Amino acid sequence: MSSILATTLGRDFGKAPSVNRAVGEISLEIPRGELFGLIGPDGAGKTTLLRMMAGLLPPTRGSVRVEGIDPFGKEADHARDVIGLVPQEHSLYGDLSVGENLDFFADLYGLTGDDLRTRRDRLLSITRLGPFQARRASQLSGGMYKKLAVACALLHQPEVLLLDEPTNGVDPPSRRELWELLYEFVEGGMTVVVTTPYMDEATRCHRVALMDRGEFIALAPPQQLIDSLDAAVLEVALASVPEAREKATAVVEASPLVVASSPLGASLRVVVERGNEPAVAAELAGLGTLVPAAASFEDLFLTAIARRERDAKSSTARKEAA
Amino acid sequence: MTVRSIVVEGLGRRFGDFVAVRDVSFHVEKGEIFGYLGANGAGKSTTIRMLSGLLEPTSGRALVAGHDIAKAPDKVKASIGYMSQKFSLYLDLTVRENLEFFGGIYGSWGRALSRRVDETLESIDMRSLAETSTAALPGGLRQRLALGSALFHKPPIVFLDEPTAGVDPASRREFWKLIRGISSAGTTVFVTTHYMDEAEYCARIGLMVAGKLVALDTPAALKSEWVPGRILRFEGEGLVRALSEIRRTHGVVEAQSFGNGVHVRFDPGHTTDQSVLAAVAALPAVKVRLTEPVEATLEDVFLAAADRKAEDAVRGGAS
Repeated sequence: MSSILATTLGRDFGKAPSVNRAVGEISLEIPRGELFGLIGPDGAGKTTLLRMMAGLLPPTRGSVRVEGIDPFGKEADHARDVIGLVPQEHSLYGDLSVGENLDFFADLYGLTGDDLRTRRDRLLSITRLGPFQARRASQLSGGMYKKLAVACALLHQPEVLLLDEPTNGVDPPSRRELWELLYEFVEGGMTVVVTTPYMDEATRCHRVALMDRGEFIALAPPQQLIDSLDAAVLEVALASVPEAREKATAVVEASPLVVASSPLGASLRVVVERGNEPAVAAELAGLGTLVPAAASFEDLFLTAIARRERDAKSSTARKEAA
Repeated sequence: MTVRSIVVEGLGRRFGDFVAVRDVSFHVEKGEIFGYLGANGAGKSTTIRMLSGLLEPTSGRALVAGHDIAKAPDKVKASIGYMSQKFSLYLDLTVRENLEFFGGIYGSWGRALSRRVDETLESIDMRSLAETSTAALPGGLRQRLALGSALFHKPPIVFLDEPTAGVDPASRREFWKLIRGISSAGTTVFVTTHYMDEAEYCARIGLMVAGKLVALDTPAALKSEWVPGRILRFEGEGLVRALSEIRRTHGVVEAQSFGNGVHVRFDPGHTTDQSVLAAVAALPAVKVRLTEPVEATLEDVFLAAADRKAEDAVRGGAS
């Protein structure tokens, strides 16, 4: 059975004539135990989609089922039992301690007894928050706060965990810890859906959907998406002249032939449409040479977004010309 | 001659028994992009608040644009621009109105104000969006507008505290283009970030761990000091679960999961690429799909520094 099933799911905001189609028509099936990533630029509709899955925002069209339940139907209360949500905004009580926040969420879900105690202890131990039980939530660092939010969302043993940018503003060591937790959960059979602006995290998901302007523009395992990139990915091997990187960066950013560029350690990498490599190499003459490099998820993301923008611009230009 | 924009000597801040910043010293040159990195709670924001004249230090001293932060905090405030992750814009105002509002705070009015608003819009590349409601802007553009507000009064120094948190890569790239632009125009940029690829654009980086500045250098020098040796990247199956076995392999200094693969660092004086590869491939339940040498990243530096500090704490007991 699929854990999450969306059928032509969509959501509009605002009234005619200025309707904003935040999520167009999305159909999606996520099997149980999958770690699924939603990746896209700001305003792509990721949060709106996640909120519909969580039963917090009714769709304008289509439907969604979570573990077979319609979160907007008669069994809505039951949906809350199977779903855990870690929202982007602060969701905990800052003036309550770590322990008190857990107790509060336990009360909210009507949890009591030995099961709760075992579960509470286990969550405190895997999040390593045990020693900080008495600390107020408002005094926690970003990483610890997010881990507490995850622990609170898991107290009632949901089958599905939805996380909206859980690692936003979290430092690298804590980010790594949080992902290790997610792996542990999916290995135990939980379904996890996560949104993130970090491209290295996208590659850690089983499957990812690349989202832009309310639609999925690609959906596959991350490595498959990277392999499918039909453009040349090149590293600029910098010449040993003063400020080579600064100058090369300026050239690359100004060049209409470069689809996307990103820093690569002390150097930089570029994505160019096939066939344009010699022309870009000529622009960089004296500053560095181009050598082929392995594509990354970031190259894929930047290229997909840049191409869509270019296409949107040229279609507007055509309309204006007509 | 280089001009020092910021000079910090033995700076510290205590909150009751808790030492948030301990004996920090460094300087930042005019027009430099200086990165200040560290884990959440390492003391970055406390340092910035002191250097902005918002919080008095409990020890040491600092000069910002030539003004002593403890003796002349108002002069410090007038010399700096500040933008944080939770920047404040008025969502019900248009882009232009937000800038006019900021200009008003700094005592600008009339024709001078409207000229400066136009200049600022130009510098953040948002002229065509001047009459747009701020609420309608996506996150990346709001960030740019916040930067424009911070630069409105032409401060010689700007503090950016996690300016790109939660922003997608394309918008982050645009934002950094602006940062490099203001730096080459002579403005000193002091920036914190959790994105290690952005940190690569800093001329020098200070790394804070638990209130102390544990490292300060160029990105390249930090890498050779903190993560010496050679790194091989492995991709395939069963690697993450085999990390502790990989770490026990002869010559291996460290092994960590990284993106969808594993980075194995070893001492080339003790072993070779071939023997490390053979040892990893021979582990049960491991299937290696790809191996390539990689350059150390600042994330490696960050993790190494955090680890070493944790080891020191264990060895040194309560100290």
